[in-house]
Amino acid sequence: MTTPVKNPETRVKRPDESLFKRLTRQQLFIPVAALVLLVLFNLIADYKFFEVTMKENSLGNPVLSGNIISVLDNASELVILAIGMTLVTASSGGQDISVGATMAIAGSVILRMVCGGQVTADTMQMNLVLAVLIGVVVSALFGAFNGTLVAYFKIQPMVATLIMFTAGRSIAAWINNNQLPIVNDITFKYAGTFLPGIPVPTPIFITALMILVFWLVLKFTNLGLYTQAVGINANSSRLNGLDPKLIKLMTYVILGVCVAVAGFIRVSRSGSINYSRIAENIEMDAILAVALGGNALSGGKFNIYGSILGAYVIQFLTTTLYKYNVPSTALPAYKAVVVILLVVLSAPVVREKLANMKKAPVRAAKGVS
Amino acid sequence: MKKLFSLALSTALALSLVACNNGGEKTPDGSKSNPPAGGSSVSQQQPTGGSDKLITVGVINNDPNESGYRTANDAAMRSTFTEENGYKATFYNNNDASQQIAEAQQMVQNEVDFLLLSPASTTGWDTVLKDAQAAGTQVILFDRMLEADESMYAAAVVSDMPAEGKTAVDWLAAQGLDEYNIIHIQGHMGSDAQLGRTGALDEKVAAEANWNYVTQQTADWDEATARTIVQSAIDSGKPFNVIYAENNGMARGAVAALDAAGITHGKDGDVIVMGFDSDKWAFEAVLEGSWNYMGLCNPLQAPTVDSIIKDLVAGKAPAQKIIYTPEQGFDCDTLTQADVDTYGT
Repeated sequence: MTTPVKNPETRVKRPDESLFKRLTRQQLFIPVAALVLLVLFNLIADYKFFEVTMKENSLGNPVLSGNIISVLDNASELVILAIGMTLVTASSGGQDISVGATMAIAGSVILRMVCGGQVTADTMQMNLVLAVLIGVVVSALFGAFNGTLVAYFKIQPMVATLIMFTAGRSIAAWINNNQLPIVNDITFKYAGTFLPGIPVPTPIFITALMILVFWLVLKFTNLGLYTQAVGINANSSRLNGLDPKLIKLMTYVILGVCVAVAGFIRVSRSGSINYSRIAENIEMDAILAVALGGNALSGGKFNIYGSILGAYVIQFLTTTLYKYNVPSTALPAYKAVVVILLVVLSAPVVREKLANMKKAPVRAAKGVS
Repeated sequence: MKKLFSLALSTALALSLVACNNGGEKTPDGSKSNPPAGGSSVSQQQPTGGSDKLITVGVINNDPNESGYRTANDAAMRSTFTEENGYKATFYNNNDASQQIAEAQQMVQNEVDFLLLSPASTTGWDTVLKDAQAAGTQVILFDRMLEADESMYAAAVVSDMPAEGKTAVDWLAAQGLDEYNIIHIQGHMGSDAQLGRTGALDEKVAAEANWNYVTQQTADWDEATARTIVQSAIDSGKPFNVIYAENNGMARGAVAALDAAGITHGKDGDVIVMGFDSDKWAFEAVLEGSWNYMGLCNPLQAPTVDSIIKDLVAGKAPAQKIIYTPEQGFDCDTLTQADVDTYGT
């Protein structure tokens, strides 16, 4: 697990520290541990959870099917959002709570373009790439709106994005004149389902591509460094020649692009949209993914891979709960319990304490033998 | 914004009252609503108020973007309760019952003549109904019922949700399968539609040995969640042959999961697909044989509500307190294009 942003504490290996303590200091400890726990639980409870079979879908294409594929597939939107949310969190020390609503806007724009203003479209009225690009531009503009409020008007991110959180879904409905457009063209659904002849769901490829792009950007540009610098101390980064406002704005625009991609995947899955229900509460899951990844929600240092893992953990948990038929009304409660546990465990105070507790018995055991 | 709007409305109302009456003291309780003596004296309103006065109505509905059903329902309400039609209407849309209740309370305080309610949940409305009665505001329920004594509202124009559920379950029973392994996707928990549609199926599953739930989950009317639920059942290798989705959007999500796994559905398929509401595309899916059944839930109560209000204002109480909109089930063997054109929205 190589991370471009290393925790300086972990780089210095102190020989007197136990392996456990060094492990718990790792930022990725919590998401990895949570994932391992979930995997172990499923292995013990029913190893068939991990079974992947080759099936043929209704179009006659061979497709992979299984819980693991579903987890990877369904986590796509969340992973992409978590990437953008991490950058926003790092630079501005706050979260964008309007991502679900903006996803509705992006999806609505793309559908409007593809349907050409009609309610149902049996063939696409516009080149899909162009339609998605327009969606990306619109979503980036909404991101810029949020970013401007945060960076230039110095409004708290949660308050600034509350505007779009409240208004976004109505705007999305207004874009399509309050109609619910439906695209029946099968090629439109390729991005959300399967490409012909390829057995892996397309969203998995799109997510992998997004992760690759961000890996390259963070590796070969100063985006990561600048974002952290601004998040840790905006004033000193300004004295060092950075423009904190511009960088904050930029992270919100990047999140806007991520939102558009996630929105496109979501509408592409069904070829339709339901403005009030699409991606409902996804902002909370995205923020949770960032927190689970061990990132401070107050900004500064960040690890994008932690957030990505966090997003997969959340989806893994959801799928596990569905698999064990947790009663529908109790589902959020179960999720909440697990979330509380994970978040408390990832709190620095608890981790420090845990590490010390573990150390003592290890030494005692050594003494006996 | 909404507050400003309602403030402006009430100011306008107050001004118009001052303008058309000469007696200073009598105005507030004389012409605006019923005198405090009793709730039934609607007829007194007519002479004092004058026939050119607009009837004020507050409409509490669910979010029009929730589903195709709701879009049609909300559009019909908005096009019926217009100024040309003699109404001064305030609309409020929210899927959250507590928000609805707060807004309803506000409307009662603003002393609207009629409060039209499509409650997001069946409980929690007692205070609003009592306040409305005390303020002389008449409550008319549309689309959905709530749990209250009949005396608490003037009329109800609603879908008979338990009957919808029963019609659907009876149809399913008539299919004569050896075994019913059902994936039941529920709507927003606690809503009238969910309770009615779930109730009938729950009863049948409890009564019959060969009726089983493979899974019973709420997708909160959401298509994507419904897809995930069905996908999860497929991934876990649980055999099933019926999908009972409580609205069309969720049924479509379920079908997407079936398609992805290559499971046949609809007419001559392995899995029976059932949905509810009135969307045109869903009718077409049944017509094509991709789905088996759709329980019609009629979204157009607005004209009936309109005539009830006009009757009440004229002093005529409705013949029945609860009026059920005509509804029926359609299946892929009997549905015709004419039905689609008549009932599709």
